This record gives sequence, structure tokens and C-alpha cells, in this order.
Amino acid sequence: MDLSSINPVVLAAALMVAATPILLAAIGELVAEKAGVLNLGVEGMMITGAVTGFAVAVMTRNPYLGMLAALCGGAAVSLIFALLTQVLMANQVASGLALTLFGLGFSALLGQGFVGIPPPRTPKMDLGFLSDLPVLGPILFRHDPMVYVSIALVAAVWYWLNHTRGGRILRAVGENHEAAHALGYRVRRVRILAIAFGGACAGLGGAYLSLIRVPQWTEGMTAGAGWIALALVVFASWRPWRALLGAYLFGGIIVLQLNLQAAGVRIPVEYLAMSPYLVTILVLVVMSSGRARKTLAAPGSLGRPFHATG
Amino acid sequence: MLRLEKRAQPSNFWNWATPLLAVALTMVAGAILFAFLGKDPFAAIKMIFWDPLFNPQFAAYSRPQLLVKAAPLILIAVGLAIGFRAGIWNIGAEGQYIIGALCGAAVALAFFPSPGWYIFPLMVLAGAAGGWAWAMIPAILKTRFNTNEILVSLLLVYVAEKILAAMATGRMRNPDGAGFPGSRNIAQYPAASNPEIIAGSGMHWGVVAAFIAVIFTYILLHKHILGYQIRLAGQAPRAARFAGVAPARLVVMCLGFSGAMAGLAGLFEVAGPARMISIDFNVGYGFTAIIVAFLGRLHPVGIVLAGLLMALTYIGGELAQFMLGLPGAAIQVFQGMLLFFLLALDVLSNYRIRLSWPEAA
Amino acid sequence: MTTPLLAIKGITKAYPGVVANSDVSFDIGKGEIHALLGENGAGKSTLVKAIYGLVRPDSGTMRWRGEPFAPTAPHEARAAGVAMVFQHFSLFDALDVAENVALGMDNPPPLRKLAAQIRKVSNDYGLPLDPGQLVGDLSAGQRQRVEIVRCLLQDPHLLIMDEPTSVLTPQEVDTLFRTLRQLRAEGRSILYISHKLEEIRALCETATVLRLGKVVDRCDPRDRTARELAEMMVGTKLHQPERPPHSPGDIALEVRGLSLRSPSPFGTSLKEVSVAVHMGEILGIGGVAGNGQDELSAALSGELRAPPGAVSIRGETVGHMGPNARRAMGLLCAPEERLGHAAAPEMTLVENALLTGAWRQKLVNGGFVNWTKARGFAEAVIKRFDVRTPGAHVVARALSGGNLQKFVIGREIMQRPDVLVVNQPTWGVDASAAAAIRQALMDLAQGGAAVVVISQDLDELLEIADSFAALNAGRLTAKRPVRGLTLDQVGLMLGGAEEAGDAAA
Repeated sequence: MDLSSINPVVLAAALMVAATPILLAAIGELVAEKAGVLNLGVEGMMITGAVTGFAVAVMTRNPYLGMLAALCGGAAVSLIFALLTQVLMANQVASGLALTLFGLGFSALLGQGFVGIPPPRTPKMDLGFLSDLPVLGPILFRHDPMVYVSIALVAAVWYWLNHTRGGRILRAVGENHEAAHALGYRVRRVRILAIAFGGACAGLGGAYLSLIRVPQWTEGMTAGAGWIALALVVFASWRPWRALLGAYLFGGIIVLQLNLQAAGVRIPVEYLAMSPYLVTILVLVVMSSGRARKTLAAPGSLGRPFHATG
Repeated sequence: MLRLEKRAQPSNFWNWATPLLAVALTMVAGAILFAFLGKDPFAAIKMIFWDPLFNPQFAAYSRPQLLVKAAPLILIAVGLAIGFRAGIWNIGAEGQYIIGALCGAAVALAFFPSPGWYIFPLMVLAGAAGGWAWAMIPAILKTRFNTNEILVSLLLVYVAEKILAAMATGRMRNPDGAGFPGSRNIAQYPAASNPEIIAGSGMHWGVVAAFIAVIFTYILLHKHILGYQIRLAGQAPRAARFAGVAPARLVVMCLGFSGAMAGLAGLFEVAGPARMISIDFNVGYGFTAIIVAFLGRLHPVGIVLAGLLMALTYIGGELAQFMLGLPGAAIQVFQGMLLFFLLALDVLSNYRIRLSWPEAA
Repeated sequence: MTTPLLAIKGITKAYPGVVANSDVSFDIGKGEIHALLGENGAGKSTLVKAIYGLVRPDSGTMRWRGEPFAPTAPHEARAAGVAMVFQHFSLFDALDVAENVALGMDNPPPLRKLAAQIRKVSNDYGLPLDPGQLVGDLSAGQRQRVEIVRCLLQDPHLLIMDEPTSVLTPQEVDTLFRTLRQLRAEGRSILYISHKLEEIRALCETATVLRLGKVVDRCDPRDRTARELAEMMVGTKLHQPERPPHSPGDIALEVRGLSLRSPSPFGTSLKEVSVAVHMGEILGIGGVAGNGQDELSAALSGELRAPPGAVSIRGETVGHMGPNARRAMGLLCAPEERLGHAAAPEMTLVENALLTGAWRQKLVNGGFVNWTKARGFAEAVIKRFDVRTPGAHVVARALSGGNLQKFVIGREIMQRPDVLVVNQPTWGVDASAAAAIRQALMDLAQGGAAVVVISQDLDELLEIADSFAALNAGRLTAKRPVRGLTLDQVGLMLGGAEEAGDAAA
């Protein structure tokens, strides 16, 4: 094996790319959970986004139109979940699972004609002298626009949740839906919007996978990224900046194990490939046990159905 | 405008009518989907639901397949149903299924080629133990560290898949297989195989196990105090603690049982229909079983019917794929829609739907 | 005659199966504290929700200062000058005081400015608050201040208060009343909903009495006795619980130095709780909500484990045992929360009878449930305790609060406990059911059992208990005989003044 073949600068740059899809999905789910909705369909929404984005990008030869389509695709399937859980009062866990199972099948069906086709390239940004900086340039400033969009999204969500009236209402709905209803807020409307936002973000994350990170369409290509995003929300204790930190941590692990595989470390590929999942479990354990649990501020009404009477 | 009004008492009629209605609606929606794919919707629906059972040309092959496919689904689903009733969400049955198969196969491969009546029973034990142990990971993490069992059990599916790949290409690879991935053919190793018990029926030991599991689960849930405690814990956790139920014990029990059932399903599959450990050994029974459990209303008898129906969609789907060129994924969509419709229609059993015209709102 | 602030005329609102309000009319004048009296289920909440825009009446009109008034959403009511303090606070634990206040306003100023306003208003009215504190860390009294300050910031003309004193100590009630009188002096009106009659007599000048959705009487509560008001509410002569004199027997339940960490983050840990209850004695444990009642109840029932010696029944240590082992020893319990704790909402009464009766009533044989016997037990409870239900096959949540509570308490009493612990036995229960439950508890004690009643209703405790102790921040005062205990002493005990208890011990 040859560990010297691993270039830390390339590794750090790749880390941001690897982290972006999970980050996008996680920030969307974070907003939904802050509104009190537990949507386990992230994986399904991501893969729907991956296939719609890919298909539209290939057909229009424009990756940005593809991403727009992914946004809509993710939001559209999330509205099925919204209909089930918010209007028809179905169990959130079961509905989320249903969304994932459906999304996996649906995407495979849509993507049939697109296997093996290369998508249009998404250009990297040229940020002038920033991109030319030694070390920092390649790590931070030579990425595709979506990397920066995802970071901006984290900032925007953070600001919106904590410093605007809308964000306050959303948190109030997630914290105690009866009280929010009593004050005259539309619990159901807030939640449906939050679900749709989560779906759009997950869709975008999926498209990032199929259009930029891989870039290719294969069935089931999200390979658990949606579930890792769900775990990330717990890791982040429902705080946007922590989600960013967590996503980059996972990105690092994913990239590192890929590099170790490439460097020919004498551990079978499969064992390296399972490391992101094992690390996710480990992080969940640490976050949910002992003292950490106290600071774990899960929204008070998370996962509980709301049915207004009167 | 439609308004929902909670029923004072859940409707028993709708409780059992909704699955049927959901199936009917899924057929309609499926037919529309198939039409969009450019297939004759009536031919496709007939091909999926009728021909495998009654078409003289296919029935001889596909009828036995019904039991072959339904057995693992039912076996896994009854295990899951017990957990779901207790509010314990094991959604990683696919992983437990894989590990069960690996453990069972490991026993077979270790004894190969010696004969011995004890080998197969040992494999059964190993399969159940393997699934059980894999399910114990989320169980112990949940009871010791309060870790969410949904995420852990699901993430472990991916880990199990990697282990399966490592085994199929490494440790368990057939030494006489010219380097191809995949283990020895266990079905052709008499002491370890899970053969058809009655020729042409599709009946193998997995079917027997499923049958026993269904009866066992029925008695447990409806006649035994443990089943009562499971239901109580699912519906009202605080009341369960008040009734003296220890939540941790219940978590360990439910996850353990469903894991063991999934492991058994994997073992019977690898020693029978699948014949060997290969990279693509698992085909999603662990996930489809979730649909089966819900469609069967988490009731053992319902699960038998739901399992048979879901097996039929698998067989019919393959047939339609073969005969009509219907994409394989269409059946997956079909199954997903079924769960959607079921969850949507559930509203009928818990709520009354009223039409009301709000006064100039 | 001047135009009233709010004139309500002929309001009717029906829900499927129940008419919540039927042709309700009354006026609220300017600068008036108007009491709305009625039992649970009399239609008070529905009426108030209609005024606040949460419920739209089927018919009837309201006039606000003579103008038609029909709010379709709370913000419309607030815009007119109606503010409301909810019975179950409409607060958000994870948000701070200022954010909580902002959520109740339609056009809140920036948070920093709002914080300054909160400080000012809360001090002006004698309700000091720190705007930056998390609401989850506040006591019940402080939480109510947040609600009131939130209302006051909107300069309301009408303040609606739904059961505001149910969570307050007598001293806190005094503070609240001072504030309310100050508001009246400023010309604001208050609609005061309560079933605590002494308070209404002390505070209000007009009362409208509702029974089964209809206005049955109007009066000046200052001219009536509490008993007269109660009979207006209930419509019949009230049966007072009675108990012949008796002398206590041996010690049945003893708690010694019980300290327990609360399992929930916002809970209260128990600290060195010690008390002994004799056979035939009813011990009343008072205290404001959230001072360790749930923890104490769980520690006695066995849901929370303690060192063996911390709890003993007739001299045998049981602190380490679970609920079923304690049941076998004769210690039974009825927790506060009926739906979800004492009973499973979606299960039938038969299944709920099994919940605590499984072993003591021998409903289980070799692990298998004898459903016939369980049904018999459920039906016996229904019959003896007059539980109004179509049958034992009905799910628990279909029963009214009073009927379910009769079932829950009856289920335990039918098992002939040596020690019975009940938490809030008559909370949210109509007056006749409450009277029946109190009588049943007294009869049980008369038969020789020790009974522990944990309640926030002081009147109830003083009425039925032989001895009284108070929980404050997880500590229990020494118990004192109820006879000769004054309300002032009780107030001191509730406030945690140890001397009050020690002096008599």
C-alpha cells in the first residue's frame, strides 16, 4: 500500500463535494423536524431528485435546469407524504418508509433510459485570485456553485429559524402544536410547507449526487445517503451550523475510505466501504447517550400527529 | 369541504375493508401506470394477478413459486408485526435476513462435504441466531444508550450488504468455482439443503416455519399476557410501565424475535431457492415484508393473506416482465403505491369523513 | 344604560352528539370582572373560544361596543382588544420568554425592544420576569405571568382567564388578584372562568352560570354562599362526603428518607421524603403542580425504583420492587393522567381492567389471559361504580373524564388494596362523579385501608383527609392533622416553610 499517494489538499477538496448532498438533504429535514414532522422518506425524496434532475439535465443539456427539476421532483413526492400525514392523519414513520420504498421503485422506473449516459458537466466556479491561492484555493474556492449554495442555505436557514418571525412560528409549531393552534397559527399549513421545503432540499441533494458527484445515473445510487442525512439531524441537535460540521465530518470519512481503497490498504474494500455507516451509528450512540442527551433539544411535538378539534 | 371527525371507537369494518380497497385502488392506479408505459393495462393486470395462478401455460411453474416467495415474506412480516405493535421499529430486517443466511451457510460450508442429519438443524439454529444477534445491535444500543432503533437497524442493512459482498468474493467463495464470486451450491449438498418437501408444491421447510410462526404469533398476541403487554406498550407506553412492563425487556424481545425470524427466512432461502451465497443474494424481502406487515394489519392471519398477495405481485411481475416487457421497477412502484393507498385509506377506520359547507369562511 | 363592552346574544354551537352552547346570552360591562361558572363540560371553553375566534358559533351574534363582532381567527379578536390566558398554557418550553410573548402578538416589535417592554410591564403590575429565560425552566406561577404579560402588552379591553388559579399557591393567587383588581381600576374588563367558588366570591361582581350549555342563572356572587353557587352549577343538591369518626390502626405504608432523581429533564427530584400512613387513615398531600407529585406517585407505585428500605408496606420493604410485586403486597395506585397512564386510550375497558388487575384478580393463568374473567371484572367495576358506558367493549377514550376516572379508581378499589395511592383523583371530573369518588375513598379508609391522596385541590384534601402534608421542590413537610389546620398554615406549608410543619410534629 502507498499512503503517500493520498494528497491532503485533494482530499480536503473532495470532502466538501462528498458532504454537499448529505448536507442539502439534512438541512431540509432539519427544517421539517423543527416543524415537528419526522419524515423518514429522505432517501426516497433524494433518489427521486437524483433521477428527475438527471433526466431533465440530459434532455435539456443544462445541469441547472436539472437541479431545478430535482427541486420540484423532491418537493412533489414529499407532498404525498404531507397529504398522508397532515391531511389523512397517517402514521409518520410508516408514511416515511412508504415514501422511501416508493421513491426507490419510481426512480428506477423513470431512470431506465438513462443508465450509462454521461450528464452535462457542471462547470466549476472561477473565483479569480481566491481560486489561485495556494492550498486554500483548491480546497475552498474551485468548486461547483452548488457547494456554495449549500453553505449559503445553511446560513439562511439558521438566520431564518432564529431571527425571523416566520422561523419563530415554525419552531413554535414544532415545539407545541396545541399551543400554536390556540394562538391562531395554522399548524397544518406550516408543516406542509416545511415538508415541501425538506423534499426540495433532498431532491437537490439527490441531483447533486447524480449530476456532479458521481456523475451518472444508477438504480439505488443514493445508497443510504438519505438515512445518513437523517442521522445527521440528530447529530446536529437540530442546529444548522452543526449540521454543516457533521456533514463535512461524514464527507471526510467517505473520502478517506475511498482514498484508502485507492491506495490499496490491505483491508478488503467492503470493510472500508461500510465505515460511513458504522461511523454514523457510532455518532448516534454518542449523541443519544449520557450527558449529551440533555442538550439534545428534539422539538417537543416531533412525530406527533395533530388533529384540530372544533 | 371535507372535514375529519375522530370516531369514538375505531371502525372494525373499515379496519378490514381498507386493505381490500387499497388493493383495488392500487390495481386501478397500476393500470394507469402501465398504460403510460405503453402496455395494455388489462393484459398487464391479468398477467400479474390471474395468470400465475390460473393460466394453464404458466400456472404449473408459478403456483409453487407462490409459497416459495410468500414464505420469507410472511416469516419476516410476523416478526416485524410484533415489534410494530409494541412501537419498536425494526426496519432493518433485510440486514438480519442476510446475516441469518450467512451464518446458516457458514455452518453448511464448514461441514461440507460430510453427511450428517444434524447439519441442517444446526444451520437453522445458526440462521436464527445470526439474525437475532444482528438485531441485538439496535436493541442493545436502544436500551443502553437510547439510540434510535429505526436508523441503526436500517444503517446495518448497508453494513450487512457489504459483509455479504466480502463473503461472496472472499471467505465463502467456492474454491472449485474458478474464481467466480459466490459460494458452493448449498442446495446440492444433501445434508444441508432445504428441499421441496412435497414435489411441485413449492413447500419447503421455510413454509413450515412460517406456518408455525403465524400460529405462535397469533397465540402470543391474542391469548398471552405478553402479547397484551406488547400492544399496551405500543399504544400507551406510560400505561405499560404502570402495568409493570419493563420497556427495555420488550425492546430486546421484539427486536430479537423479529431478527431471528428474518434470519430464519434468510437461512431457508440460501439453502433452498437461492441455492448459494452470492453478491445479489438479497432481493428486498426484508423491505417488502414491511408492506406485508401493514397490509396484513399487523395481524398474523392478515399477514398470511398479504404475504401471498405480495408474492403474487412478485411472480406476476416477473411474468409480465418476461411476456410484456414490463420494467421490473414497475412492480416495485406498484408495491409502494399499495402502501400509500393503505395508509391513506386508514383514515376511514379512525375518522368519519363529513361533507360540510363552511359558512362563508 | 351604557352599551356593554361585549354583548353575547343567542350563541349556539353544536358538535356531533353534543350541544356545547345553546342560546347563550350575557353582557360584559366595562371595568367589570365577570365570572363564568360551570362544571366541566358545561360549555365554558367553547364559549370562550368563540369570543377568541377559535370556534365559529352555529348561530347567535356578538356585539363589541355595540358593533357586530364575529372573529374568524384569534388575530381578529386580538385586534379588537380581546386577550386570553389559557388554562393549559399556550407556551413553548424551548423558546425564551420574549419569543413566547412575541408569538402571541400580531405585530411584535423587534425582540430587543420587546424585552424592555416586558420588563417594564411586568414590574408595573407586580409580576417580575426575565425576558431572556427559557420558559421550560420557569415555575407554573411564572409561566402564567408570561401569559398575562403577553396579554397586557397588547393593551386589551377584555382579558379572558380560563381557570387561572388551578396551578397557583394561595400566596400566588393573592398576587394575581391584586393584579386583576389593578386592571379593573384601569377600566379593563375581565372574563373569569373558574369552578373555585370562594375565589369568585372574592373577586367578581357578576356571575353567569352555565349548565349543559345553557345559561341557568345570573347573580352577584358576593351575595351568595359557595354552596348556593355550587348547587346552581350542578342543578341538584350536592351530597357531602361523610365519614363516621374512627381511630387509626397500625402503620400500613412507610416512606423513609426517599430520595430519587427525576427521570425527565424538566422534572423534580425527590429529596429525603419520609412519612408514615396508618390503616384507616387518609393522608392528603398538597402542593403546586410540578413539585414532585408525579415522581412521588411513581415511586410509590413502583414505576420508579428506590432502595428497598425507602418504601415499606406493613413493615416489609418494597422499595426495590416493580408495580406488580407491590400490587401483590397490597399497594395499589391510580396515577393522575387517565388517558395514557392509568388507562390505554385505544383499548377496551376489558383490556384496561387487565392492566392492573391481571394478577391480583387472577385474570391470568400460566401466562394466558382469561378473557371471560377479565370481562367479568370490568363489568363488576362498571356496575359497582356506576360508570356510564354502553358496555365493557368500549374503548377508554370514548368515556367522559368523570366516568373513566370512576372506572380507574373503581378498578383499584375493587381489588381491595391495603394501601391505595391516588394522584389528582377528581381533576377534570364533574361534581357528582367527584363526590362519588371522594365517598368511595372514604369508605375504603373506613374499611381499614390506608389511602394517600395527592391533589392540588386544597378544598378536596381538607374535606376528606385526616392528615395533611405538602410537597415543595421535591421535599415533603411533616404531616399534620387536618383538624384545626388553618388555610394560612396550609399556605405556609405549600410554600415550603418547614417550621409550619415542625411546630405541630
